[in-house]
Amino acid sequence: MTRARILQWAIVLGAFGLLEALCRFRIITPFTMIPPSEMVVSLIRIARTQSWFAEDTLYSLRNLMVAVVIAVFGGYLAGLVVHALPRLRACLDPLFSSYYSVPTFILYPLFIVLFGIGPMSLIVMGSVFGVVAMISATLTALDRSPRVLVKVARIEKLGPLRTIALIKLPAAAPHLFTGLKLAVAYCIIGVIAGEFILATAGIGRRLSLSYNNFDNATMYGVLLLILAFAASVNGALNVWERRIHRRWFR
Amino acid sequence: MSSSAIAPARADASASERDIHVQFRDVNHVYPARAGHEAVHALGPIDLALQRGEFLSIIGPSGCGKTTLLEVLAGLVTPTSGAVEIDGRAVQGAVPDGVGVVFQEDASFPWLTVADNIAFSLKRAGMEKAEIATRVDYAIGLMGLTRFRKAYPSQLSGGMRQRVCIARTLVTRPKLILLDEPFGALDQQTRLIMGEELLKLWRETGATVMLITHSLDEAALLADHVAVMSARPGHFIEVIATGWPRDRDSRLASTPEFGALTSRLWALLRDESIKAMGPT
Repeated sequence: MTRARILQWAIVLGAFGLLEALCRFRIITPFTMIPPSEMVVSLIRIARTQSWFAEDTLYSLRNLMVAVVIAVFGGYLAGLVVHALPRLRACLDPLFSSYYSVPTFILYPLFIVLFGIGPMSLIVMGSVFGVVAMISATLTALDRSPRVLVKVARIEKLGPLRTIALIKLPAAAPHLFTGLKLAVAYCIIGVIAGEFILATAGIGRRLSLSYNNFDNATMYGVLLLILAFAASVNGALNVWERRIHRRWFR
Repeated sequence: MSSSAIAPARADASASERDIHVQFRDVNHVYPARAGHEAVHALGPIDLALQRGEFLSIIGPSGCGKTTLLEVLAGLVTPTSGAVEIDGRAVQGAVPDGVGVVFQEDASFPWLTVADNIAFSLKRAGMEKAEIATRVDYAIGLMGLTRFRKAYPSQLSGGMRQRVCIARTLVTRPKLILLDEPFGALDQQTRLIMGEELLKLWRETGATVMLITHSLDEAALLADHVAVMSARPGHFIEVIATGWPRDRDSRLASTPEFGALTSRLWALLRDESIKAMGPT
């Protein structure tokens, strides 16, 4: 383990230790926050004893996976199209650059009207939130990919789909990870926040219910689950990204 | 050394009697105006008849349209006017069969190993594994990459990566090989050796070769004919037959004839290069 990695772990564990101490010594009251160790215990307890846990977790995971697939693949394909059409790109560039200045959640009531209170609204919410990050990353990635490789594709007589699959996608891969990580993070936010605001099931809804019922143990247990999941996904993508970067740019 | 043995052909009757592999007829290319930039007449008029199995080097000042000329022949660029034919068939915005191109830039695939890079075209062509392995092994040995067959391009020097690209083109055994300054990233010794290997391959395969280079020595040493281009819009100001035997090698460079040839090439190129640099 490198010194930097040791330091990173020391900072994380130190922050947890500090939070634990602040909660244990009642500097932070239990009405505000329970100690991190109790969050872990609470998460294990609800995972073992509560029937809703598996159902809600699977419901959220399923919605999230669909939203991520739409945002990532849809964003990549849209990026390819926009990149191939410079005039369209010139028209859309202001939209892309200002997209995240608009609070996308204001559209959630509209999605409920259009798609109902169910998975579809949540999937749309998540994917709409994540797709532009992926489009922007794809455009940047294609800008940075050597153009000579596309010439090689033409010399090899690759059709448009094979050029994308065999040349453009792998050539752009190192630069796509920023978009991939952002799209996944935005999808998690979109789906969980959508469930939190209004949904019939899901881990976000469970978070909202426990919050409204002052059930801090359940709320922090669920919160820990969401944090751990988001951090794990991001960590896995980071490892993958580092491997590819090592291979490309050693 | 004699002048204009192969071209400018002007599509004359005598040219049609020979085994013409490549023919340019009054080819011009103009890059259209873009925002903030005027239209650029990059190339032309170009008339050239290249015989099958010929080795032609093209030299010219920077920006004279050498790469455009190569890309027109490769079907990557459609000329504004004129016609290009390979084996009597028009090249119309699509890459013709049997053409291999080595680009000036590093075109190796960073996500594939050296062996997989070289095998890329062969796998796509559906060739048998044993044949692919034989061809790749030969190319890797020829290019001096045996110890690096499992390495990724990022682990290689610029020159080695270019050798990977050359190998990837040569394993397909193209009938027409187009090389756009392929040895630019190599040191002088490696350039000479690679040049000799290219000559060996050319003799073995009988392919027609068009080499674009900035090096007068390289152009003079390798080619049957050296075409000298003018400043933009690039056209041939002279095509010189070198008169070298087919089994030549780099030892030619120490002969008085070689010195005379490079001096002549420089005399032709000097004024054009000054013109290309613009008013001083």
